[in-house]
Amino acid sequence: MNKGMDKDARTAAVLIAVTLLIALVPLLALKGAQFEGSDGAGSEMVEEVTGGEHEPWFEPVLETLIGGELPSEMETLLFCVQTGIGVGVIAYCFGYLVARKRYSAEGATEAGAQPHERQRPEESLA
Amino acid sequence: MPYTKSEKGLLVASGVLVLAFAFPEAASAMHIMEGYLPLVHCVAWGVVCLPFLVAGTISIRNTLEQNRRLLILLAMSGAFIFVISSLKIPSVTGSCSHMTGTGLAAILFGPAVTSVLGIIVLIFQAILLAHGGLTSLGANTLSMAIVGPVLTWGLYALGRRAGLNWKVNIFIAAALGDLFTYCITSMQLAIAYPSAAGGIMASAVKFLGVFAPTQLPLAVIEGLLTVLIVMGLKGLAEPELQEVGFLKVKVG
Repeated sequence: MNKGMDKDARTAAVLIAVTLLIALVPLLALKGAQFEGSDGAGSEMVEEVTGGEHEPWFEPVLETLIGGELPSEMETLLFCVQTGIGVGVIAYCFGYLVARKRYSAEGATEAGAQPHERQRPEESLA
Repeated sequence: MPYTKSEKGLLVASGVLVLAFAFPEAASAMHIMEGYLPLVHCVAWGVVCLPFLVAGTISIRNTLEQNRRLLILLAMSGAFIFVISSLKIPSVTGSCSHMTGTGLAAILFGPAVTSVLGIIVLIFQAILLAHGGLTSLGANTLSMAIVGPVLTWGLYALGRRAGLNWKVNIFIAAALGDLFTYCITSMQLAIAYPSAAGGIMASAVKFLGVFAPTQLPLAVIEGLLTVLIVMGLKGLAEPELQEVGFLKVKVG
């Protein structure tokens, strides 16, 4: 059992290391690169394919509202808000699940049952 | 008390998210931009999405009515899309792009439910971030929240039938679903902007040439992250995963 735990943790560590490597290598290797969004490249390609300037016929709602492009700091903020919402929900749910597992396993042990044969918890989210 | 394997996994996973924050690259990545598709296309792509959205909404309602507890998996699938699609990762081409995050929802709930979760994120980005767009919402929903997830879901089902290792299976399904999303985006742009010489296909190859090299490493990351979160869930949410059919119900 312990062996299995270690194996899973190792797998997780390897996956994370590879993820970081893939994300970090371009940053370190391509010095001076701007890392601009590839939709800029997409727009250029549209112009290349059609052979002329392309005027989008509809402006983003927010840009119309504030009468210009969204300042990049604000954009970063809003992206962080999006990430934050997501991380918040995931963290809350994992917290709930971890607690549920821990306490229901403890309860089962006290009742004399095998820890890995724990009963299905009855509590619901509602 | 020593950490259980799931807690360990959770710790590391949260660490990844923190590190992923370390890339505050201010740039918008690629959905189809606001105002770039002709009106007819906008409407057409939107209409194609409708059956999925309707089916997804009904499916979500039924699922929750039958089993309220599945809300936790649903919420996490949606939140996963929120997080993953907000992270812009630098790529080998010197530009950066983001992933879709729809693989988890597709594997757990199928493409119809995923379409509803995906469109929520796309609306958020279109309105607040000027990223993607309301006019291109239909096209982006189709590529990111429907066609990509359909491929992920199908590949996963096939791999499962073939007895593939579940981690490998999820990795392949999620990564290819991500790549396929951007193939669809390229096709949609190509249909809107066929090349004068070679027509739609020539144009599609050009757009794909812009997107694919950037997206390839990101697709790998998306696959890895999807495997990670399922690893975390597997140890902790067994009853729910059985409920959605991800884990087989143990007899006895």
